[in-house]
Amino acid sequence: MVWVNAIVQGVLLGGLYALFAAGLSLMFGVMRFVNLAHGDFIVTAAYLMLALVTGFGIHPAFAVLFVLMALASAGYLNQRILLNRVLGADLLPPVLVTFGLSIIIQNALLEVFSADSRRLNAGWLDTASFRLSEDISIGALPLLMFVAAVGVIAAMQFIFYRTALGRMLRATSDDPEIVPLMGGNNAHIFAIATLIASVVVGIAGIFLAMKTNFDPAAGPARLLFAFEAVIIGGLGSLWGTLLGGVILGVAQTIGAQIDAGYQILAGHLVFLAILVARPRGLLPKM
Amino acid sequence: MSALLELEGVDKSFGALKVSDDITFSLPKGQALGIIGPNGAGKSTLFNLIGGTLPVSSGAIRFDGADITRMPASSRCRMGISRSFQIPHPFVGMSVYENLLVASAFGNADHHDAEAACRDILDVTGLLARANRPAGSLTLLERKRLELARALASNPRLLLLDEIAGGLTEGECHDLVGTIQGIRDQGVSIIWIEHIVHALTAVVERLIVIDFGKIVAEGAPDAVMSDPFVQEIYMGISVDDDAA
Repeated sequence: MVWVNAIVQGVLLGGLYALFAAGLSLMFGVMRFVNLAHGDFIVTAAYLMLALVTGFGIHPAFAVLFVLMALASAGYLNQRILLNRVLGADLLPPVLVTFGLSIIIQNALLEVFSADSRRLNAGWLDTASFRLSEDISIGALPLLMFVAAVGVIAAMQFIFYRTALGRMLRATSDDPEIVPLMGGNNAHIFAIATLIASVVVGIAGIFLAMKTNFDPAAGPARLLFAFEAVIIGGLGSLWGTLLGGVILGVAQTIGAQIDAGYQILAGHLVFLAILVARPRGLLPKM
Repeated sequence: MSALLELEGVDKSFGALKVSDDITFSLPKGQALGIIGPNGAGKSTLFNLIGGTLPVSSGAIRFDGADITRMPASSRCRMGISRSFQIPHPFVGMSVYENLLVASAFGNADHHDAEAACRDILDVTGLLARANRPAGSLTLLERKRLELARALASNPRLLLLDEIAGGLTEGECHDLVGTIQGIRDQGVSIIWIEHIVHALTAVVERLIVIDFGKIVAEGAPDAVMSDPFVQEIYMGISVDDDAA
């Protein structure tokens, strides 16, 4: 029974990893853009949520709204002002610029919030749970995270494949040189994609704040999980990213069941095994 | 008839190489104009200058009375200049129908029902049966038709066709000429670069010949094609050889 429990908890944990990864998956899918500061954006969103709720005493619902709007506008402006300048055939400049951003963000967070590990008190959400059987119970927060992940992926899938905005994004991803000749503005389209990804980053950051302890240096580890989920699932596939997150989550909880020290290692080992067996991931689109 | 497009003294140089040299012509509204010339004469460059993918070195381009010389390609497209490429560039991951919808969303979209307009264009260009196929799966003729269809989907007033008949069989070429005649008859102005002269002369009322970046002859198709000078530079037939 403990194994069944480990798998159930792993699936739910996978929801959080899928949320970490969804924004990255979109950025990479549309712009072939590797954002090394992705994890630090998530941590920044977590700190923003923490500061609003515990520092300014704002009601969590308003705080969520504010965090998402702040991330959306920051994402759009960051793309228009900074990242569009380094987009191009060469993959190295975006990697260098976002690596630099990552260092700047980590140090700025350290300056403002200190190196102390923090966590957002989620109130009743922290303790509420549903008992499925003698040995298995599902926490309200992990369940909410998983539902949010499925909702976010479904919404992104809908936007991408069923709306005029999504067609525009896919066309730009397909051939960025032709779109301007048809009247489209690439700089704006890329920034819209980043805006969508940033809202997802905001959602991921809010859940990170409630789920685990975090500190200014927590970003790179989130980035790693996000990358692993995207690559396990297959580049360019949003449902694949959800699957990748779940596989990573299950691998970690099963590893932890064997020995508490194996949690992270087990996730990485399963990632490597899948990379060897299916280098293009499980549901590749590109 | 007032001019839709006017080029005045347009020059384009890449370093010391002059690829467009003092190009001046004007295209009346509704006219179909053909451009011929040897490979490397600067025909496609001229399209790049008109479409806005390349900036001119000097000179002026006016569209419908407005100076567009420094305007970016995307704005020119929204004003109604649309082009097809010599080598088709479809969005390969998207369906044929979606390819058109993208063009209609960005382009000179003052039609109220874009989806109906796109379906009509698929019908006119003979792609209706392929509407939901991925564009990457099309044959060469179908890709050429998609280039044309996508250019039309942006609802152009001026259509730039770059060697759209090249590589097609005689029968395919005949069909395509019929389609282009239909588009011309709807009042869309056309500039068409083509090596297949009989296809071109079936559609255009006027012909311009370009060699080494300069306009070397201009006029009614019959008159231009029978000009011995044009025959010499374009057809590779030397007048002297003929005499000999």
